[in-house]
Amino acid sequence: MTIARVLGAGVAGLCVASELAGRGCDVTVFDPAPRPGPHGCSWWAGGMLAPFCEGETAEEPVVRLGQDAAGWWERQGVAVTRQGTLVLTLGRDRHELDRFGRRVAGHQLLDDETLAALEPDLDGRFDRALHIPGEAHLDPRAALVHLRSRLESAGVAFVAEKGRPEGLTFDCRGLAARDRLPDLRGVKGEMAVLRSSDLRLTHTIRLLRPRYPLYVVPRADGLFMLGATQIESCDRKRSVRSVLELLSAAYALHPAFGEAELVEIGADARPAFPDNLPRLSRQGDTIHVNGLFRHGFLLAPALARMAVEAGLDRTRPEFWHED
Amino acid sequence: MQLYGTHIDSRLMLGTAQYPSPTVLAEAFRRSGAGIATVSVRREAGGERAGAAFWDLVRRLDVTLLPNTAGCHSVREAVTTAQMARELFDTSWIKLEVIGHADTLQPDPFGLVEAARILTEDGFKVFPYTTEDVVLADRLIDVGCEVLMPWGAPIGTGLGLTNIYGLRTLRAQFPKVPLVVDAGLGLPSQAAMAMEMGFDAVLLNTAVAKAGDPAAMAQAFARAVEAGRLAHQADPMAPRDMAAPSTPVIGRALLS
Repeated sequence: MTIARVLGAGVAGLCVASELAGRGCDVTVFDPAPRPGPHGCSWWAGGMLAPFCEGETAEEPVVRLGQDAAGWWERQGVAVTRQGTLVLTLGRDRHELDRFGRRVAGHQLLDDETLAALEPDLDGRFDRALHIPGEAHLDPRAALVHLRSRLESAGVAFVAEKGRPEGLTFDCRGLAARDRLPDLRGVKGEMAVLRSSDLRLTHTIRLLRPRYPLYVVPRADGLFMLGATQIESCDRKRSVRSVLELLSAAYALHPAFGEAELVEIGADARPAFPDNLPRLSRQGDTIHVNGLFRHGFLLAPALARMAVEAGLDRTRPEFWHED
Repeated sequence: MQLYGTHIDSRLMLGTAQYPSPTVLAEAFRRSGAGIATVSVRREAGGERAGAAFWDLVRRLDVTLLPNTAGCHSVREAVTTAQMARELFDTSWIKLEVIGHADTLQPDPFGLVEAARILTEDGFKVFPYTTEDVVLADRLIDVGCEVLMPWGAPIGTGLGLTNIYGLRTLRAQFPKVPLVVDAGLGLPSQAAMAMEMGFDAVLLNTAVAKAGDPAAMAQAFARAVEAGRLAHQADPMAPRDMAAPSTPVIGRALLS
């Protein structure tokens, strides 16, 4: 039986461990934190599985590989909401919807009536929208917790230590791997979680604005995740400016957010390479899986499969990067 | 083109914000041949060392860096940001923005002159982001600015040159001062027009960064800037109201 180590129990590490376990390996996962939690940037993710929308700025592989993500998570037993994404704009940004539509595949244009039929609480608030039916979302924290316990049941060992490479090792430490991958940088994202009993939304909502979009991901129990800023910084400070922007955009989306409870404000830095695309690389017996940027839950399944193939079958998959 | 005694080859300057990735940013610079990159200390990257990784990528562009005070709404903020930028980028050049109106991002003319005075006295080479107002231009030159950066239109609008009369007046009033049209350009034709009018250079960001193919758009702007500059140097003909045939009509056979 092949013995493999995984360093890092964020979304990348857990997906790699799943693929390794699926190939019958004896897997040990090292992470200093004993449980999924706020120490890792996966915890702060939006959980959007929106490959087409990401194609507005991301390159083609993100759109293509991201389309497998929803099915992969479902096969792991994670609840995935396949309602699609609604893309909206506020008054002065109307032209942004046309631009977005030109760049993003798989959408349908809605008028106010068809929008209201899909999302009744938005009735009368927007005269047009784009609907991308092929997209989905999940609750990232629930997904991490579920995947981990599933791996434990399957016999994967978890060790609450940093761990060192030994034998076949998959380094999935995100930004912490900067000691080995000097090209990695942090791109800060700030998010907020609100609770509203007045508002019911079922779709992922993307509100286009000039600098970066606001997205609203509905979760269970009246919770809504708002995200996310994109700032060239590796700090984890939650800035007043960003929170103001997120909250005022949400309020503009629907005034009921003004009455919502502010449950949480979070920030973390996403690991990214200069092209904002993920990379697989090898140093000795260690395979690095990193640079998932803002596409952790979207791309980790595909990257994990390719990384494990590279490790076990010695393939040179897409995103393979020679040092 | 001489800016504060430094020779700059390219008359196109590009901002570094909002690109899909640093790799695309680098490709846009490569294809545009832009000679100056503006970089935001406050807004884009986190303060102090947290944005160092991005700034290292910007330094690797191998162009002259012009840090800016984007996002500053007061003299004090702008001065502090400029001082931080000087340490971070080891340059006394600063593109000075003091925003006076949150919605239009219009410069605060009073704060701008005050901040320019303080920074010039402190040894900075100030590139003030200003309007086309000639009185304001005079005041900025009085306090030591040797380059002015008048807007074409409000930041990020892509409207082009919205006050052509004002910009022409500014150019005519300050024939010897390097004038860089900064902000509001959306299309290469607008950049060409600014250059045809005799402006020394243009600076833009959103029009390239938010294009579907930023590198191609950067190249398009580079060609437009070159075309506009050549046209200006070639002394364009004066427009006239009536048709003027380019071949003589006298002696033409009369068919009537």
